[in-house]
Amino acid sequence: MAHQNEIRFLLNGAETTVTDAKATTTLLDFLRIDRRMTGTKEGCAEGDCGACTVLVGRLHNGRLHYETINACIRFLPSLNGCHIVTIEHLVGPNGRLHPVQQAMVDFHGSQCGFCTPGFVMSLYALWMANPKPTVEQVETAVQGNLCRCTGYEPIVQAALAVNEYGTLANDVLNQERADVTARLAALQPTRRIEIGPEDDRAIVPHDVADLAQVLADEPQATIVAGSTDVGLWVSKFMRPISPVVFINHLEELKNVTLSDDALTIGAGVTYSESQTHITEVFPHLTDYWNRIAGWQVRNMGTIGGNVANGSPIGDTPPVLIALGAEVTLQKSDGQRTLPIEEFFIDYGKQDREAGDFVASIRIPRPRRGQRDAAYKISKRRDEDISSVACGISVTVEDDKITDARVAFGGMAATPKRAATAEAALVGAKWGEQAFEDAAAALSKDFTPLTDWRASAEYRSQVAANLMRRFFLDADNSTNAQLATA
Amino acid sequence: MKDSSYVSGAVHQNVKHDSAIKQVQGRAEYTDDIAEPIGTLHAYLGVSTVTHARILDMDLSPVRAAAGVVDVLTATDIPGVNDISPTGKNDEPVFPTDKVEFHGQPLFAVIAESRDAARRAAELADITYDVLPHALDPVSAEQAGLPLITDPLKLERGDVDTALAGAKHRIQAQMMVGGQDHMYLEGHIAFAIPGEDDDVIVHCSTQHPSEAQHMVAHVLGVPSNAVVVNVRRMGGGFGGKESQMNLFCAVAAVGAKKLGRPVKIRPDRDQDMTATGKRHDFVIDYDLGFDGDGRIEAVQSQFAARCGYSSDLSGPVTDRALFHADNAYFYPNVRLTSRPQKTHTVSNTAFRGFGGPQGVVAAERMIEEIAYALGKDPLEVRKANFYGDATDGRNLTPYHQEVEDNVIARIVEELEDSADYQARRQAILEENAKGGIVRRGLALTPVKFGISFTATWYNQAGALIHVYNDGSIHLNHGGTEMGQGLNTKVAQIVADAFQVDFERIKITKTTTEKVPNTSATAASSGSDLNGMAALDAAQQIKERLVKFAAESRNVAETDVYFLPNHVQIGEDLIPFDAFIKEAYMARVQLSAAGFYKTPKIHWDREAGKGRPFYYYAYGASCSEVSVDTLTGEYRVERTDILHDVGRSLNPVLDKGQVEGAFVQGMGWLTTEELWWDDEGRLRTHAPSTYKIPLASDRPRVFNVNLADWSDNREMTIKRSKAVGEPPFMLGISVFEALSMAVASVANYSECPRLEAPATPERVLMAMTHLKAKG
Repeated sequence: MAHQNEIRFLLNGAETTVTDAKATTTLLDFLRIDRRMTGTKEGCAEGDCGACTVLVGRLHNGRLHYETINACIRFLPSLNGCHIVTIEHLVGPNGRLHPVQQAMVDFHGSQCGFCTPGFVMSLYALWMANPKPTVEQVETAVQGNLCRCTGYEPIVQAALAVNEYGTLANDVLNQERADVTARLAALQPTRRIEIGPEDDRAIVPHDVADLAQVLADEPQATIVAGSTDVGLWVSKFMRPISPVVFINHLEELKNVTLSDDALTIGAGVTYSESQTHITEVFPHLTDYWNRIAGWQVRNMGTIGGNVANGSPIGDTPPVLIALGAEVTLQKSDGQRTLPIEEFFIDYGKQDREAGDFVASIRIPRPRRGQRDAAYKISKRRDEDISSVACGISVTVEDDKITDARVAFGGMAATPKRAATAEAALVGAKWGEQAFEDAAAALSKDFTPLTDWRASAEYRSQVAANLMRRFFLDADNSTNAQLATA
Repeated sequence: MKDSSYVSGAVHQNVKHDSAIKQVQGRAEYTDDIAEPIGTLHAYLGVSTVTHARILDMDLSPVRAAAGVVDVLTATDIPGVNDISPTGKNDEPVFPTDKVEFHGQPLFAVIAESRDAARRAAELADITYDVLPHALDPVSAEQAGLPLITDPLKLERGDVDTALAGAKHRIQAQMMVGGQDHMYLEGHIAFAIPGEDDDVIVHCSTQHPSEAQHMVAHVLGVPSNAVVVNVRRMGGGFGGKESQMNLFCAVAAVGAKKLGRPVKIRPDRDQDMTATGKRHDFVIDYDLGFDGDGRIEAVQSQFAARCGYSSDLSGPVTDRALFHADNAYFYPNVRLTSRPQKTHTVSNTAFRGFGGPQGVVAAERMIEEIAYALGKDPLEVRKANFYGDATDGRNLTPYHQEVEDNVIARIVEELEDSADYQARRQAILEENAKGGIVRRGLALTPVKFGISFTATWYNQAGALIHVYNDGSIHLNHGGTEMGQGLNTKVAQIVADAFQVDFERIKITKTTTEKVPNTSATAASSGSDLNGMAALDAAQQIKERLVKFAAESRNVAETDVYFLPNHVQIGEDLIPFDAFIKEAYMARVQLSAAGFYKTPKIHWDREAGKGRPFYYYAYGASCSEVSVDTLTGEYRVERTDILHDVGRSLNPVLDKGQVEGAFVQGMGWLTTEELWWDDEGRLRTHAPSTYKIPLASDRPRVFNVNLADWSDNREMTIKRSKAVGEPPFMLGISVFEALSMAVASVANYSECPRLEAPATPERVLMAMTHLKAKG
């Protein structure tokens, strides 16, 4: 069967077919340059400022779900079968301003106005998901939106008031829901999509078997799930990555299963999609998960991608290592599973053979007596890349530490376990001294670097202090942590 | 006279930003949104990959050969003068010919059929350098023998040496203060459309259209009358688009004239941040004498600034650091000197406060020094050193201007009360004494900020008003809209003058065609200057209308009144529209150009004496922070602000300026860090690495009030005060509160001398340092 050679999606109200897209054509350039839809702005082209925020609606198990994304780092071929909703689509009843827009006007949430369309889209998504948010929920929803003029207070006030300006049932996307669901169902591909010139070619496999086949045929292909990192290879570094294999649409990679002994997360599950599952089994990751990038990036980025990418400063590897997670790699002729720390061989080098793709991550459920923590240190609390990230899991039986897994990001060329510190803990009596010893041992485990995120000295000192923090937290010491809300 | 009914949107009312409705719909047009004529080309800058070098050879043939490339512009393509120095120093080439002086310096521009093609081709240049040693910061640059980039300033009063020598206490120390990137959400952009003869129209995002016009003319070698510069609005400016847009305007215009096609240039965020200037970082050496009560007797300070490779605005910026090195405090004996140091970095430029914040933060550091040396509450030391008035003789600034409008004591007293400062400080001291992991800090800091351009001739403005014969009003002025609501305020002034509804007034783009020789919308001066100029224009038209009305009904001119949307002429009450139609039919001129220049000001830079400022704006903020002593991370728990905008033209817009400025100021001193590597590359060059505050960083409790009792004692527009820059320095209370929390680990026995920005790292390291000494 011949491949589909075009991308089809709904753009606001219009069914749209694109035949000349390249693999790395961004949604933002498509909107602004090809379609002259200039309401969506470019502020940074790296997914950090949110001026390009749009909504993407897609079918998941037949149900239509909308989420915010950064159009600047989202490639067009990844949007086949989706509903793209831009600021131009927002209207209120009788053609008046949309409730989010009216609230932003009334609360003076717009000064220079350049970030405003992006904020409107984020607040719209928040309203749809949570019509009566708390202040903290508003802040979490706009972590990925920068404003340089207002100081944010009027935007937060507007967000809290949106629901007084309209009812969700009457809202434009709700009114269109049945129609859009049907139209998107009709747009779902029935075969592989291939589009783009040879030097910028996109392959959208039909299913996981097809993905395995594509990678067997073209093992040099760049696998793209959320494009939250690969997007920058293109938007910032203009790096050639052809051919590009898109996997974010593959339902088989979006499974989350909780068994008696483990939580298994498909490689295509985004941070947002995994959040409730993760925090249900691992409540210590609740705050940590909300500090992974901003909302748009959490909606795009996947845990599988974060692992496969192998960055020494990825947020999830240290906590996954500490929890004893395993990664399953798949290719056309089978699967293999290995402890996640063994996947990270060296800087930029992972244990991924030709044709391999990350299929899933399996995290064992906590054992009895297991105490877990996850810490992220960054220059700015939210939407920042960690200077030090840390996962700690310690098992205590009869006041004695019987097992310890301590892993750090930002301290070495890969996410890495602190073997000496672990050795200091295992067998020790549960108490302050054990963690003082572990803190001291860290200097044997790591020789961190100085860069723009932190100095080596700070990284070392903070890493040691996180050992102390773990004991204080586990010991329920009072006044030991900044309030988080 | 009939009682007035309602006029919507007059002065002192909470009028919404005039573009808000368009902005929330994405329909407000920015330069990159303007429809491109067929044939539009796109330019992109090619930049240096070394920091300091002689250029031995530039092989651009691979660039020219790249797909989509139409042309490559270098210095040889500049028909006029290869210089865009805003102060006429001839030290800032559009493209250098023989040397590179910072990493990422623009060397050429590619022009291609698409921006993507231009950007990719710009990477292909093969440039041979003879690399030379570089110096990145003011200290190493001084050691390396690099010159001052422009003339330093000295301000002096009294007998400093004797007073320092005789003071009971004396402290000499150094403070490092980091710079700041503007991080306006809309980056630089210019779009030039060639016309007949020498003509070119440039749409761009600049705070200074007249300067852009003059620079384009200078670079093209044509008279200014051939160049039109248009600015509808900017997506933020903050000083970063005062002089920095000149480069982009020049490149677009040169390309457009050379090729006869429209040319647009828009750098990506990384190039925007690496190729354009920022707030100056400073190294401040201070020598401070004070008495046993904490009263300052003498101050001697040197302000060395990282100016970058060219002068740009570094002269006036470093001058203003000195003008604000006193903040709100009287220095009986004082000597302040600037060191505008050349460095091998991008040329630093204007940024909200224009050097003033760096002066103010140094003044507050000295207050801390005194407080820790004497074991006092810093607020007590602040109060002891506030300017007084003519009666106590404590009202003379280091530049010999008398402070005549001092309200700082009242502002601070009211804030101290409303923020419950004393009780909260006591509670924090007690809590910190328990020695927990989380420590708290509280600080209340004042701001006094001088209003006027210190370049006296900039304090002028023009406006143009047309009343059309249907009664609609067209308003144009020389100021630019960058989000601050200037257009809204000026339209309110005009609405008030004619007593018509705000909606009747069409606010149009700023263009050099309508108002010539304007000043930058900077120095907080936008509404002071342009509001007055617009009022002048309105009054000229009104005078003609009054004369006509009186003659038409044969009544005295004193019997003509502008009432809401009507004109009362004797016994006749006529709708405004009908009256205007009548005036038109009677051949009354319904258009006027207005003008304003600020009175009273003068400045003798050589002598260091004069009255550079028309008046002062005041404010104070009180911030409380929590600090994690294990990691250095922190949160701002609460901030209270009381700020003086005189009689506000628009309280809600002014409050927006105060809140936004505070958060931006806080960002400068906390998480916004410019970090160069040893090679001279700026590594924090986009929001992924350069961290401005987020919504979750703003204070958990944020109480912001305007001092509603304040009136400007000078004859400013409707007795208001400027608001753009002064509240930026309110962010210093966060920095000082962090300092208190740090000091708690050594029981406040020593001034922590926190460096700015106080990233979590610097906070933790400062605590480690104090603990090690204790």
